[in-house]
Amino acid sequence: MITVSNLHKKFGTNHVLCGINETIEKGEKVVIVGPSGSGKSTFLRCLNLLEVPTSGTITFEGKNITAPNCNINEVRMKMGMVFQHFNLFPHLTIENNITLAPVQLKLHTPEQAKANAVRLLARIGLSDKATAYPSQLSGGQKQRVAIIRALAMNPTVMLFDEPTSALDPEMVGEVLDLMRELAEDGMTMVVVTHEMNFAREVATRVLFMDNGVIAEQAPPSEFFSNPKNPRTIEFLSKVL
Amino acid sequence: MFDNFFHKFYVAFIKNNDYKLLITGLQNTMIIAVGALIIGIFLGTIIAVIKVTPKKGIIGKFLDLLATVYITVIRGTPVVVQLLLIYFGILAKYRIDPLLTAVCVFGINSGAYVAEIIRSGILAVDKGQTEAGRSLGLTYGTTMTKIVLPQAIKNILPTLGNEFILLVKETSVAGFITVLDLTRATRNIVAGMYDVFVPYTVLALIYLVIVMIFTYLLNKFERWLRKSDNR
Repeated sequence: MITVSNLHKKFGTNHVLCGINETIEKGEKVVIVGPSGSGKSTFLRCLNLLEVPTSGTITFEGKNITAPNCNINEVRMKMGMVFQHFNLFPHLTIENNITLAPVQLKLHTPEQAKANAVRLLARIGLSDKATAYPSQLSGGQKQRVAIIRALAMNPTVMLFDEPTSALDPEMVGEVLDLMRELAEDGMTMVVVTHEMNFAREVATRVLFMDNGVIAEQAPPSEFFSNPKNPRTIEFLSKVL
Repeated sequence: MFDNFFHKFYVAFIKNNDYKLLITGLQNTMIIAVGALIIGIFLGTIIAVIKVTPKKGIIGKFLDLLATVYITVIRGTPVVVQLLLIYFGILAKYRIDPLLTAVCVFGINSGAYVAEIIRSGILAVDKGQTEAGRSLGLTYGTTMTKIVLPQAIKNILPTLGNEFILLVKETSVAGFITVLDLTRATRNIVAGMYDVFVPYTVLALIYLVIVMIFTYLLNKFERWLRKSDNR
Protein backbone atom coordinates (compact mmCIF):
# COMPACT_ATOMS: atom_id res chain seq x y z
CA MET A 1 0.00 0.00 0.00
CA ILE A 2 2.83 2.38 0.91
CA THR A 3 6.28 1.77 -0.49
CA VAL A 4 9.20 3.91 0.61
CA SER A 5 12.49 3.60 -1.17
CA ASN A 6 15.81 5.18 -0.30
CA LEU A 7 14.18 8.07 1.58
CA HIS A 8 16.50 10.85 2.74
CA LYS A 9 15.62 14.02 4.63
CA LYS A 10 18.03 16.79 5.57
CA PHE A 11 17.31 19.92 7.58
CA GLY A 12 20.23 22.11 6.57
CA THR A 13 23.27 20.05 7.46
CA ASN A 14 21.30 17.83 9.81
CA HIS A 15 20.78 14.47 8.11
CA VAL A 16 17.63 13.18 9.81
CA LEU A 17 16.61 10.30 7.56
CA CYS A 18 19.45 8.36 5.97
CA GLY A 19 18.00 6.01 3.39
CA ILE A 20 14.79 4.31 4.49
CA ASN A 21 13.31 1.40 2.55
CA GLU A 22 10.01 0.09 3.79
CA THR A 23 6.77 -1.40 2.54
CA ILE A 24 3.55 -1.19 4.47
CA GLU A 25 0.78 -3.55 3.39
CA LYS A 26 -2.95 -2.99 3.63
CA GLY A 27 -4.30 -3.88 7.08
CA GLU A 28 -0.93 -3.74 8.80
CA LYS A 29 -0.51 -1.97 12.12
CA VAL A 30 3.05 -0.71 12.10
CA VAL A 31 4.34 0.79 15.32
CA ILE A 32 7.52 2.86 15.13
CA VAL A 33 9.58 3.21 18.30
CA GLY A 34 12.99 4.63 19.00
CA PRO A 35 14.92 7.24 20.98
CA SER A 36 14.05 10.91 20.52
CA GLY A 37 15.81 12.49 17.58
CA SER A 38 15.95 9.20 15.72
CA GLY A 39 13.72 10.48 12.91
CA LYS A 40 10.47 8.61 13.70
CA SER A 41 8.22 11.65 13.46
CA THR A 42 10.03 13.00 10.42
CA PHE A 43 9.57 9.64 8.70
CA LEU A 44 5.85 9.63 9.49
CA ARG A 45 5.45 13.23 8.32
CA CYS A 46 7.21 12.39 5.06
CA LEU A 47 4.54 9.77 4.32
CA ASN A 48 1.93 12.50 3.66
CA LEU A 49 4.51 15.07 2.57
CA LEU A 50 4.07 17.39 5.54
CA GLU A 51 7.85 17.17 5.30
CA VAL A 52 9.12 17.13 1.74
CA PRO A 53 11.78 14.43 1.35
CA THR A 54 15.21 15.57 0.20
CA SER A 55 15.47 12.49 -2.02
CA GLY A 56 13.88 9.10 -2.50
CA THR A 57 10.43 8.02 -3.61
CA ILE A 58 7.19 7.18 -1.83
CA THR A 59 4.38 5.38 -3.62
CA PHE A 60 0.88 5.18 -2.19
CA GLU A 61 -1.74 2.88 -3.73
CA GLY A 62 0.42 2.59 -6.84
CA LYS A 63 0.90 6.34 -7.27
CA ASN A 64 4.28 8.04 -6.92
CA ILE A 65 3.41 10.84 -4.49
CA THR A 66 6.91 12.34 -4.53
CA ALA A 67 6.56 13.09 -8.26
CA PRO A 68 6.25 16.83 -8.92
CA ASN A 69 2.98 16.46 -10.87
CA CYS A 70 1.23 14.52 -8.11
CA ASN A 71 -1.78 16.23 -6.52
CA ILE A 72 -0.83 15.85 -2.87
CA ASN A 73 -4.21 17.09 -1.62
CA GLU A 74 -5.97 14.10 -3.20
CA VAL A 75 -3.44 11.78 -1.57
CA ARG A 76 -3.86 13.39 1.84
CA MET A 77 -7.63 12.88 1.68
CA LYS A 78 -6.89 9.14 1.85
CA MET A 79 -4.30 9.45 4.67
CA GLY A 80 -5.68 10.52 8.03
CA MET A 81 -3.22 12.08 10.44
CA VAL A 82 -3.39 12.51 14.20
CA PHE A 83 -0.98 14.90 15.89
CA GLN A 84 0.64 14.97 19.31
CA HIS A 85 -1.02 18.31 20.10
CA PHE A 86 -4.45 17.40 18.65
CA ASN A 87 -4.57 20.55 16.49
CA LEU A 88 -8.34 20.92 16.69
CA PHE A 89 -9.57 24.19 15.20
CA PRO A 90 -10.32 26.33 18.29
CA HIS A 91 -12.67 28.72 16.46
CA LEU A 92 -15.02 25.96 15.32
CA THR A 93 -17.44 23.78 17.27
CA ILE A 94 -16.59 20.09 17.60
CA GLU A 95 -19.14 19.23 14.93
CA ASN A 96 -17.74 21.84 12.53
CA ASN A 97 -14.22 20.59 13.22
CA ILE A 98 -15.37 17.23 11.90
CA THR A 99 -17.46 18.45 8.95
CA LEU A 100 -15.15 21.21 7.64
CA ALA A 101 -12.91 19.10 5.40
CA PRO A 102 -15.54 16.66 4.02
CA VAL A 103 -17.80 19.58 3.07
CA GLN A 104 -15.04 21.80 1.67
CA LEU A 105 -13.67 18.93 -0.40
CA LYS A 106 -17.17 18.00 -1.60
CA LEU A 107 -16.85 14.49 -0.24
CA HIS A 108 -20.19 14.96 1.51
CA THR A 109 -23.06 17.43 1.37
CA PRO A 110 -23.39 19.47 4.58
CA GLU A 111 -26.31 17.24 5.65
CA GLN A 112 -24.40 14.01 5.02
CA ALA A 113 -21.33 15.38 6.77
CA LYS A 114 -23.40 16.37 9.78
CA ALA A 115 -25.06 12.95 9.97
CA ASN A 116 -21.63 11.37 9.73
CA ALA A 117 -20.27 13.62 12.50
CA VAL A 118 -23.24 12.74 14.73
CA ARG A 119 -22.60 9.04 14.13
CA LEU A 120 -18.85 9.35 14.82
CA LEU A 121 -19.42 11.41 17.97
CA ALA A 122 -21.90 8.80 19.24
CA ARG A 123 -19.28 6.14 18.63
CA ILE A 124 -16.81 7.83 20.98
CA GLY A 125 -19.55 8.77 23.46
CA LEU A 126 -19.26 12.53 22.97
CA SER A 127 -22.62 13.27 21.37
CA ASP A 128 -23.31 15.95 23.95
CA LYS A 129 -20.19 17.88 22.89
CA ALA A 130 -21.25 18.51 19.28
CA THR A 131 -21.85 22.22 19.84
CA ALA A 132 -19.01 22.69 22.35
CA TYR A 133 -15.69 24.30 21.46
CA PRO A 134 -12.35 22.47 21.73
CA SER A 135 -11.29 24.54 24.77
CA GLN A 136 -14.17 22.96 26.73
CA LEU A 137 -12.85 19.43 26.24
CA SER A 138 -10.26 17.44 28.18
CA GLY A 139 -7.06 16.37 26.45
CA GLY A 140 -8.27 12.83 25.95
CA GLN A 141 -11.57 14.03 24.51
CA LYS A 142 -9.74 16.40 22.17
CA GLN A 143 -7.52 13.66 20.84
CA ARG A 144 -10.47 11.31 20.30
CA VAL A 145 -12.24 14.07 18.38
CA ALA A 146 -9.06 14.61 16.34
CA ILE A 147 -9.11 10.91 15.47
CA ILE A 148 -12.72 10.91 14.29
CA ARG A 149 -12.10 14.18 12.43
CA ALA A 150 -9.53 12.28 10.39
CA LEU A 151 -11.89 9.29 10.08
CA ALA A 152 -14.64 11.51 8.66
CA MET A 153 -12.62 11.65 5.42
CA ASN A 154 -12.82 7.83 5.12
CA PRO A 155 -9.05 7.42 4.87
CA THR A 156 -7.48 4.11 3.87
CA VAL A 157 -4.55 4.59 6.23
CA MET A 158 -4.16 6.46 9.53
CA LEU A 159 -0.90 8.05 10.67
CA PHE A 160 -0.46 8.71 14.39
CA ASP A 161 2.34 11.02 15.53
CA GLU A 162 2.81 10.37 19.27
CA PRO A 163 -0.95 10.64 19.89
CA THR A 164 -0.71 10.17 23.67
CA SER A 165 2.50 12.05 24.48
CA ALA A 166 0.77 15.33 25.38
CA LEU A 167 -1.92 13.71 27.54
CA ASP A 168 -2.27 13.40 31.28
CA PRO A 169 -1.61 9.77 32.22
CA GLU A 170 -5.23 9.14 33.21
CA MET A 171 -6.38 10.08 29.69
CA VAL A 172 -3.99 7.91 27.74
CA GLY A 173 -6.21 4.85 28.10
CA GLU A 174 -9.28 6.26 26.40
CA VAL A 175 -7.26 7.30 23.33
CA LEU A 176 -5.45 3.97 23.08
CA ASP A 177 -8.79 2.15 23.42
CA LEU A 178 -10.16 4.03 20.44
CA MET A 179 -7.02 3.24 18.45
CA ARG A 180 -7.40 -0.44 19.39
CA GLU A 181 -10.97 -0.39 18.08
CA LEU A 182 -9.75 1.10 14.82
CA ALA A 183 -7.14 -1.63 14.54
CA GLU A 184 -9.76 -4.30 15.12
CA ASP A 185 -11.89 -2.78 12.36
CA GLY A 186 -9.01 -3.48 9.98
CA MET A 187 -7.67 0.04 9.50
CA THR A 188 -4.13 0.27 8.18
CA MET A 189 -2.19 2.17 10.83
CA VAL A 190 1.27 3.65 11.22
CA VAL A 191 1.87 4.75 14.79
CA VAL A 192 4.81 6.58 16.32
CA THR A 193 4.52 6.08 20.05
CA HIS A 194 6.27 5.47 23.36
CA GLU A 195 3.46 3.19 24.57
CA MET A 196 5.23 -0.16 24.52
CA ASN A 197 2.20 -2.08 25.75
CA PHE A 198 0.17 -0.74 22.84
CA ALA A 199 2.92 -1.85 20.47
CA ARG A 200 2.98 -5.29 22.05
CA GLU A 201 -0.77 -5.81 21.87
CA VAL A 202 -1.81 -4.09 18.65
CA ALA A 203 1.15 -3.99 16.29
CA THR A 204 1.59 -6.52 13.54
CA ARG A 205 5.14 -5.24 13.16
CA VAL A 206 7.41 -3.04 15.25
CA LEU A 207 10.06 -0.84 13.63
CA PHE A 208 12.96 0.39 15.71
CA MET A 209 14.47 3.59 14.36
CA ASP A 210 17.87 4.90 15.36
CA ASN A 211 19.95 7.68 13.78
CA GLY A 212 17.73 8.01 10.73
CA VAL A 213 17.56 4.36 9.72
CA ILE A 214 15.35 1.42 10.58
CA ALA A 215 17.78 -0.49 12.76
CA GLU A 216 15.57 -3.48 13.43
CA GLN A 217 12.08 -4.72 12.72
CA ALA A 218 10.12 -7.75 13.87
CA PRO A 219 6.66 -8.86 15.00
CA PRO A 220 6.09 -7.57 18.54
CA SER A 221 6.42 -10.97 20.24
CA GLU A 222 9.87 -11.40 18.79
CA PHE A 223 10.85 -7.73 19.03
CA PHE A 224 10.24 -7.49 22.76
CA SER A 225 11.39 -10.95 23.83
CA ASN A 226 14.33 -11.45 21.53
CA PRO A 227 15.80 -8.19 20.21
CA LYS A 228 18.97 -8.61 18.17
CA ASN A 229 20.45 -5.17 17.52
CA PRO A 230 22.52 -3.90 20.48
CA ARG A 231 20.90 -0.45 20.13
CA THR A 232 17.46 -2.06 20.37
CA ILE A 233 18.50 -3.99 23.46
CA GLU A 234 19.84 -0.82 25.05
CA PHE A 235 16.66 1.13 24.16
CA LEU A 236 14.31 -1.56 25.45
CA SER A 237 16.26 -1.89 28.68
CA LYS A 238 15.61 1.82 29.30
CA VAL A 239 11.90 1.94 28.46
CA LEU A 240 10.60 -1.38 29.75
CA MET B 1 -9.63 84.04 32.56
CA PHE B 2 -12.48 81.74 31.61
CA ASP B 3 -14.62 84.67 30.55
CA ASN B 4 -11.78 85.57 28.30
CA PHE B 5 -11.61 82.03 26.91
CA PHE B 6 -15.32 81.89 26.20
CA HIS B 7 -15.21 85.28 24.56
CA LYS B 8 -12.40 84.20 22.30
CA PHE B 9 -14.21 80.92 21.62
CA TYR B 10 -17.28 82.93 20.64
CA VAL B 11 -15.25 85.13 18.31
CA ALA B 12 -13.45 82.23 16.76
CA PHE B 13 -16.24 79.78 16.14
CA ILE B 14 -19.68 81.26 16.70
CA LYS B 15 -19.63 84.89 15.60
CA ASN B 16 -19.07 84.30 11.90
CA ASN B 17 -20.60 80.82 11.92
CA ASP B 18 -17.08 79.42 11.56
CA TYR B 19 -18.03 76.30 13.48
CA LYS B 20 -19.53 75.11 10.21
CA LEU B 21 -16.02 75.14 8.80
CA LEU B 22 -14.95 72.96 11.70
CA ILE B 23 -17.77 70.49 11.08
CA THR B 24 -16.79 70.18 7.44
CA GLY B 25 -13.22 69.66 8.59
CA LEU B 26 -14.28 66.96 11.03
CA GLN B 27 -16.25 65.25 8.28
CA ASN B 28 -13.29 65.27 5.90
CA THR B 29 -10.91 64.04 8.59
CA MET B 30 -13.19 61.09 9.32
CA ILE B 31 -13.71 60.38 5.61
CA ILE B 32 -9.95 60.23 5.09
CA ALA B 33 -9.26 58.12 8.19
CA VAL B 34 -12.07 55.59 7.62
CA GLY B 35 -11.58 55.44 3.85
CA ALA B 36 -7.84 54.99 4.26
CA LEU B 37 -8.32 52.23 6.83
CA ILE B 38 -10.62 50.32 4.46
CA ILE B 39 -8.15 50.65 1.58
CA GLY B 40 -5.32 49.80 3.99
CA ILE B 41 -7.01 46.61 5.19
CA PHE B 42 -7.71 45.55 1.62
CA LEU B 43 -4.14 46.20 0.42
CA GLY B 44 -2.60 44.96 3.67
CA THR B 45 -4.40 41.61 3.52
CA ILE B 46 -3.23 40.99 -0.04
CA ILE B 47 0.36 41.96 0.76
CA ALA B 48 0.39 39.91 3.98
CA VAL B 49 -0.91 36.78 2.24
CA ILE B 50 1.70 37.20 -0.50
CA LYS B 51 4.41 37.49 2.15
CA VAL B 52 3.41 34.45 4.22
CA THR B 53 2.71 32.14 1.27
CA PRO B 54 5.56 29.70 0.83
CA LYS B 55 7.21 30.81 -2.39
CA LYS B 56 6.44 28.94 -5.54
CA GLY B 57 7.50 29.64 -9.11
CA ILE B 58 8.43 32.85 -10.80
CA ILE B 59 5.13 34.71 -10.30
CA GLY B 60 5.20 34.09 -6.56
CA LYS B 61 8.75 35.41 -6.31
CA PHE B 62 7.87 38.48 -8.39
CA LEU B 63 4.84 39.28 -6.22
CA ASP B 64 6.93 38.82 -3.11
CA LEU B 65 9.55 41.24 -4.43
CA LEU B 66 6.82 43.74 -5.31
CA ALA B 67 5.38 43.48 -1.79
CA THR B 68 8.81 43.98 -0.21
CA VAL B 69 9.51 47.06 -2.34
CA TYR B 70 6.08 48.50 -1.52
CA ILE B 71 6.53 48.06 2.22
CA THR B 72 10.11 49.39 2.16
CA VAL B 73 9.30 52.52 0.15
CA ILE B 74 6.06 53.40 1.94
CA ARG B 75 7.43 52.87 5.44
CA GLY B 76 10.71 54.53 4.55
CA THR B 77 9.27 57.90 3.47
CA PRO B 78 7.10 60.45 5.34
CA VAL B 79 3.43 60.47 4.45
CA VAL B 80 3.57 64.26 3.82
CA VAL B 81 6.19 63.71 1.15
CA GLN B 82 4.05 60.99 -0.42
CA LEU B 83 1.05 63.34 -0.42
CA LEU B 84 2.97 66.21 -2.02
CA LEU B 85 4.68 63.99 -4.57
CA ILE B 86 1.49 62.28 -5.70
CA TYR B 87 -0.84 65.29 -5.65
CA PHE B 88 1.47 67.97 -7.08
CA GLY B 89 4.03 65.79 -8.79
CA ILE B 90 2.19 62.92 -10.42
CA LEU B 91 -1.50 63.80 -10.52
CA ALA B 92 -1.19 67.58 -11.06
CA LYS B 93 -2.29 67.41 -14.70
CA TYR B 94 -5.38 65.32 -14.02
CA ARG B 95 -7.13 67.67 -11.56
CA ILE B 96 -8.16 64.88 -9.25
CA ASP B 97 -10.18 65.84 -6.19
CA PRO B 98 -7.73 66.46 -3.31
CA LEU B 99 -9.97 64.65 -0.80
CA LEU B 100 -10.04 61.55 -2.99
CA THR B 101 -6.28 61.80 -3.43
CA ALA B 102 -5.81 62.05 0.33
CA VAL B 103 -7.99 58.99 0.96
CA CYS B 104 -5.97 57.00 -1.57
CA VAL B 105 -2.53 58.17 -0.40
CA PHE B 106 -3.32 57.54 3.27
CA GLY B 107 -4.85 54.20 2.26
CA ILE B 108 -1.76 53.13 0.35
CA ASN B 109 0.40 54.37 3.21
CA SER B 110 -1.65 52.55 5.82
CA GLY B 111 -1.63 49.36 3.70
CA ALA B 112 2.08 48.91 4.33
CA TYR B 113 1.62 49.08 8.10
CA VAL B 114 -1.54 46.98 8.07
CA ALA B 115 0.28 44.36 5.98
CA GLU B 116 2.84 43.94 8.77
CA ILE B 117 0.08 43.81 11.41
CA ILE B 118 -1.79 41.10 9.49
CA ARG B 119 1.38 39.21 8.68
CA SER B 120 2.41 38.95 12.31
CA GLY B 121 -1.19 38.03 13.21
CA ILE B 122 -1.07 35.15 10.74
CA LEU B 123 2.36 34.00 11.93
CA ALA B 124 1.08 33.97 15.52
CA VAL B 125 -1.38 31.19 14.65
CA ASP B 126 0.12 27.82 15.62
CA LYS B 127 1.77 26.02 12.71
CA GLY B 128 -0.09 22.87 13.75
CA GLN B 129 -3.33 24.46 12.55
CA THR B 130 -2.00 24.70 9.00
CA GLU B 131 -0.64 21.18 9.21
CA ALA B 132 -3.95 19.81 10.46
CA GLY B 133 -5.82 21.53 7.64
CA ARG B 134 -3.38 20.38 4.98
CA SER B 135 -3.27 16.81 6.36
CA LEU B 136 -7.04 16.57 5.79
CA GLY B 137 -6.44 17.33 2.11
CA LEU B 138 -7.50 20.98 2.17
CA THR B 139 -5.65 23.28 -0.24
CA TYR B 140 -3.37 26.03 1.03
CA GLY B 141 -6.01 28.62 0.11
CA THR B 142 -8.86 26.88 1.92
CA THR B 143 -6.67 26.25 4.97
CA MET B 144 -5.83 29.95 5.00
CA THR B 145 -9.39 31.28 4.63
CA LYS B 146 -11.23 28.72 6.76
CA ILE B 147 -8.70 27.95 9.48
CA VAL B 148 -5.80 30.40 9.80
CA LEU B 149 -7.31 33.81 8.97
CA PRO B 150 -10.38 33.46 11.26
CA GLN B 151 -7.96 32.82 14.14
CA ALA B 152 -5.52 35.50 13.05
CA ILE B 153 -8.27 38.13 13.17
CA LYS B 154 -8.32 37.93 16.95
CA ASN B 155 -4.63 38.83 17.03
CA ILE B 156 -5.06 41.49 14.38
CA LEU B 157 -8.11 43.53 15.42
CA PRO B 158 -6.74 45.24 18.56
CA THR B 159 -3.58 46.35 16.74
CA LEU B 160 -5.68 47.46 13.80
CA GLY B 161 -7.62 49.74 16.13
CA ASN B 162 -4.33 51.30 17.11
CA GLU B 163 -3.52 51.87 13.45
CA PHE B 164 -6.83 53.73 13.09
CA ILE B 165 -5.94 56.02 16.01
CA LEU B 166 -2.61 56.81 14.35
CA LEU B 167 -4.40 57.45 11.06
CA VAL B 168 -6.87 59.93 12.57
CA LYS B 169 -3.99 62.05 13.84
CA GLU B 170 -1.84 61.62 10.75
CA THR B 171 -4.58 63.03 8.52
CA SER B 172 -3.83 66.45 10.03
CA VAL B 173 -1.27 66.93 7.25
CA ALA B 174 -3.90 66.51 4.51
CA GLY B 175 -4.13 70.30 4.42
CA PHE B 176 -0.80 70.29 2.55
CA ILE B 177 -2.73 69.32 -0.57
CA THR B 178 -5.58 71.78 0.06
CA VAL B 179 -7.96 69.31 1.71
CA LEU B 180 -10.13 71.12 4.26
CA ASP B 181 -9.59 68.73 7.16
CA LEU B 182 -9.93 69.62 10.86
CA THR B 183 -6.48 71.15 11.10
CA ARG B 184 -6.73 73.10 7.87
CA ALA B 185 -10.17 74.41 8.89
CA THR B 186 -8.77 75.65 12.19
CA ARG B 187 -5.85 77.30 10.46
CA ASN B 188 -8.30 79.12 8.20
CA ILE B 189 -10.19 80.35 11.23
CA VAL B 190 -6.98 81.48 12.92
CA ALA B 191 -5.97 83.40 9.81
CA GLY B 192 -9.02 85.63 10.19
CA MET B 193 -8.42 86.65 13.80
CA TYR B 194 -5.70 87.67 16.23
CA ASP B 195 -5.98 84.76 18.65
CA VAL B 196 -4.08 81.53 18.14
CA PHE B 197 -4.24 79.80 21.51
CA VAL B 198 -7.97 79.14 21.82
CA PRO B 199 -8.67 77.72 18.33
CA TYR B 200 -5.69 75.38 18.49
CA THR B 201 -6.61 74.26 22.00
CA VAL B 202 -10.07 73.43 20.73
CA LEU B 203 -8.54 71.59 17.78
CA ALA B 204 -6.34 69.52 20.07
CA LEU B 205 -9.35 68.72 22.27
CA ILE B 206 -11.37 67.53 19.27
CA TYR B 207 -8.63 65.08 18.25
CA LEU B 208 -8.27 63.98 21.85
CA VAL B 209 -12.01 63.30 22.19
CA ILE B 210 -12.15 61.33 18.91
CA VAL B 211 -9.23 59.17 20.02
CA MET B 212 -10.67 58.70 23.53
CA ILE B 213 -14.05 57.63 22.20
CA PHE B 214 -12.42 55.20 19.85
CA THR B 215 -10.09 53.84 22.54
CA TYR B 216 -13.10 53.24 24.77
CA LEU B 217 -14.91 51.32 22.01
CA LEU B 218 -11.75 49.37 21.24
CA ASN B 219 -11.29 48.31 24.86
CA LYS B 220 -14.90 47.16 25.04
CA PHE B 221 -14.46 45.20 21.85
CA GLU B 222 -11.24 43.59 23.08
CA ARG B 223 -12.93 42.50 26.28
CA TRP B 224 -15.69 40.94 24.20
CA LEU B 225 -13.10 39.10 22.09
CA ARG B 226 -11.38 37.75 25.16
CA LYS B 227 -14.68 36.59 26.58
CA SER B 228 -15.42 34.59 23.46
CA ASP B 229 -12.04 32.94 23.96
CA ASN B 230 -13.21 31.30 27.18
CA ARG B 231 -16.42 29.90 25.90
